[in-house]
Amino acid sequence: MAEQQEQVLYHLSVSPHIRSKQTTTSIMCEVLLALTPAAIFSIWYFGIRTLFVYLVTMGSAVLSEWVWQKLTKQKTTIKDCSALVTGMLLAMNLPAGIPLWMAAVGAVFAIIIVKQIFGGIGQNFMNPALSARCFMLVAWSSAMTNFTVHGVASATPLTIIKNGGELPEMLDCFLGTIPGSLGETSALLLLLGGIYLIIRGIIDWIVPLTYIVVVLGLSFLFGRNGVYEILTGGLMLGAFFMATDYATTPMTHKGRFFMGLGCGILTTLIRCFGGYPEGVSFSILLMNVMVPIIDRFTLPRIYGEVKSK
Amino acid sequence: MKQPLLNAPRTFKGGIHPPDFKSFTEGNSIQMYMDPKMDLVFPMVQHIGAPCKPTVKKGDLVLRGQVIGEAQGYVSVPIHSSVSGKVKDVKPMLHTNGSKVLSVIIENDHQYNEVEGMHKAHDYKNMTKAEILDVIKNAGIVGMGGAGFPAHVKLNPPPDKKIDTIIVNGAECEPFLSSDFRLLIEEPKKVVEGLRIILHMFPEAEGFIAIEDNKPTALSLMSLLTTGEERIHVATLKTKYPQGGEKQLIEAITGREVPSGGLPADAGCIVHNADTVVAIYRAMIEGRPLMRRIVTIAGGAVAKACTFKVRIGTNVQELVEAAGGVVGTPSKIICGGPMMGMAQVSLDIPVLKGTSGILLFNEEQDFMGDETACIRCGKCVGACPIHLMPLMLNRFALDRDWASFEKYHGMDCIECGSCAYVCPAKRHLTQTFKAGKKIIADERRKKAAAAKAAADAKAAAEAKAAEAVPAPAKAEDKAGAAPAGK
Repeated sequence: MAEQQEQVLYHLSVSPHIRSKQTTTSIMCEVLLALTPAAIFSIWYFGIRTLFVYLVTMGSAVLSEWVWQKLTKQKTTIKDCSALVTGMLLAMNLPAGIPLWMAAVGAVFAIIIVKQIFGGIGQNFMNPALSARCFMLVAWSSAMTNFTVHGVASATPLTIIKNGGELPEMLDCFLGTIPGSLGETSALLLLLGGIYLIIRGIIDWIVPLTYIVVVLGLSFLFGRNGVYEILTGGLMLGAFFMATDYATTPMTHKGRFFMGLGCGILTTLIRCFGGYPEGVSFSILLMNVMVPIIDRFTLPRIYGEVKSK
Repeated sequence: MKQPLLNAPRTFKGGIHPPDFKSFTEGNSIQMYMDPKMDLVFPMVQHIGAPCKPTVKKGDLVLRGQVIGEAQGYVSVPIHSSVSGKVKDVKPMLHTNGSKVLSVIIENDHQYNEVEGMHKAHDYKNMTKAEILDVIKNAGIVGMGGAGFPAHVKLNPPPDKKIDTIIVNGAECEPFLSSDFRLLIEEPKKVVEGLRIILHMFPEAEGFIAIEDNKPTALSLMSLLTTGEERIHVATLKTKYPQGGEKQLIEAITGREVPSGGLPADAGCIVHNADTVVAIYRAMIEGRPLMRRIVTIAGGAVAKACTFKVRIGTNVQELVEAAGGVVGTPSKIICGGPMMGMAQVSLDIPVLKGTSGILLFNEEQDFMGDETACIRCGKCVGACPIHLMPLMLNRFALDRDWASFEKYHGMDCIECGSCAYVCPAKRHLTQTFKAGKKIIADERRKKAAAAKAAADAKAAAEAKAAEAVPAPAKAEDKAGAAPAGK
């Protein structure tokens, strides 16, 4: 266009021309924020050593992602903060006395084996932090089930239910002053974090609500105290922060309902009739594998869909 | 009596809530800008359908209201000059669609002398439907929301479709734009009278004036004006994008859905933009063809956001100057709203029949974000008003897997941009769907043309074989060769 005198070159692109301010990074940061109260509580309750567990898992997660992407000549994506979330969630799933090197290996496993090998963010078919936890449970089962509070070996409430003994008060379970994995004990703070994420529109309420309600109801049905069941173990952490992990959750509301339903049923069955006292990790992982099938059968009916002849 | 249910805001499933940025424009009344200084440009493409044929040549003198481009075929409307003056040239000029289109350029003589026969009021109550349609077509009226579908075609659905609902679209769900809102509160009687004309053509239909609940002034004014009207209702819509989409409006007001691939008439509805309804009023009652339009000029790079009433063909650069000129360096020029409008290469473009707004974005507003990997958050799925799976369609489009794209209803996408707006990974969702739809549509057209060519060749060969016995082998060759060419 020779007659064009103005030198201004305008930005050309196809509509829409405005985008929401929310980015992957901002979402991940909000998840970190929502987890922070429960994490700080765990450092106070289990002791300052806990802080190093967090630092080691988060540090190794970020570092291993960066090294892997450099080695495979990919664009590094550590700035999206998703590796930090994985590291933090893994730490919250570990007992306080875990040797730090084991925590580091777990974080590397989560990032390299579960996330990066399958294509990085959004492509993993299982929750990285939970997969790493289960890997560690198999590899170092005694270290992973040695729940100590201030140097005293203690049994988690769910183990006591399985093997007998005196159970802690319900209020302690709600506040979190009970033995267990780092980040799972305070139902109150996890609930607050989860509600924050729901209000901010980061996670959908369907999965946590169905998951928790199903565990509550089924536990009563099997003759256990449902309220106690939902306050103990990894249920709050799992329902709000693990089962809602974007990559490993169905995309539609209907699908998410089935996700919560499946997780709830499996968790209760494992707790009541399985060999392990706790079933949150396994049930979420099992449902993760089911997600492609759920997605396939819960495709929404489109506007004005005409039945094909 | 109006149904009480209509008082509760109505809406559709899905959609998004972008900031509406209307505070810059909604309070300013419409300014008349009726004496354009620069030459007026009238592209012969201002509607969906066959382009017009220029009826004037360089050097001709034209009058205001004179036809300068005549309609070609049924889905086409004439174009009228909005000023009197001399035809400077007839040549391809830059169009808001980004290409150069044959246009009539008229030098304004500032006399505004009118062509004979203007201002002839039509007594529509004693006219037949066909006569009214004829007036509307000859007035050059198209859908003024932007799509530019000829109004008389919309108002003439196939006889087997029973129309029971006429919707006046005053939703104006696009951020920044206030041209329809200002029209609704400044010329409300014309909107109502325009709707009466349409209702006269469809004696069995009910009329709805649909307005989003972020425009309470317009809602109360319209309710006041339509009290006692038996067949006209005011429908309050929830403020949500894309509430003003034809399909979404029909869903919100009637609860019906337009079948995939069908027309609003298949759901018993006709939807017209508020400005189109006023254009119909002006054609019938004031006897004037479509020569003016209301345009919002806004954005961070404009000194003062304004809503103008202008003559169609007015240069946009001139309008921007009338709005106080440019502030800083505009980063992006958009013709239409920010969700569905088209980015422009230059401000040297004319206002067309479908130009509802011109936005000048500064660098800060022109935020696209870097495209990163899909995190499968599903926000696009919740936002899609058609209930598609944008993240899957995006993958199919990038893989050029058009069969799957079609299977997952990619062709039903209305290109509203909601999915791309909400995407935290800033993926170019709508953008890939637009490209995909075009590729598939071209492919379908090519196939249809090839099939037609093959059928024609076969018919010709058969005809030839029937009349000339000695050459059957050659005819068979021809029939066989045609399909291979597709």
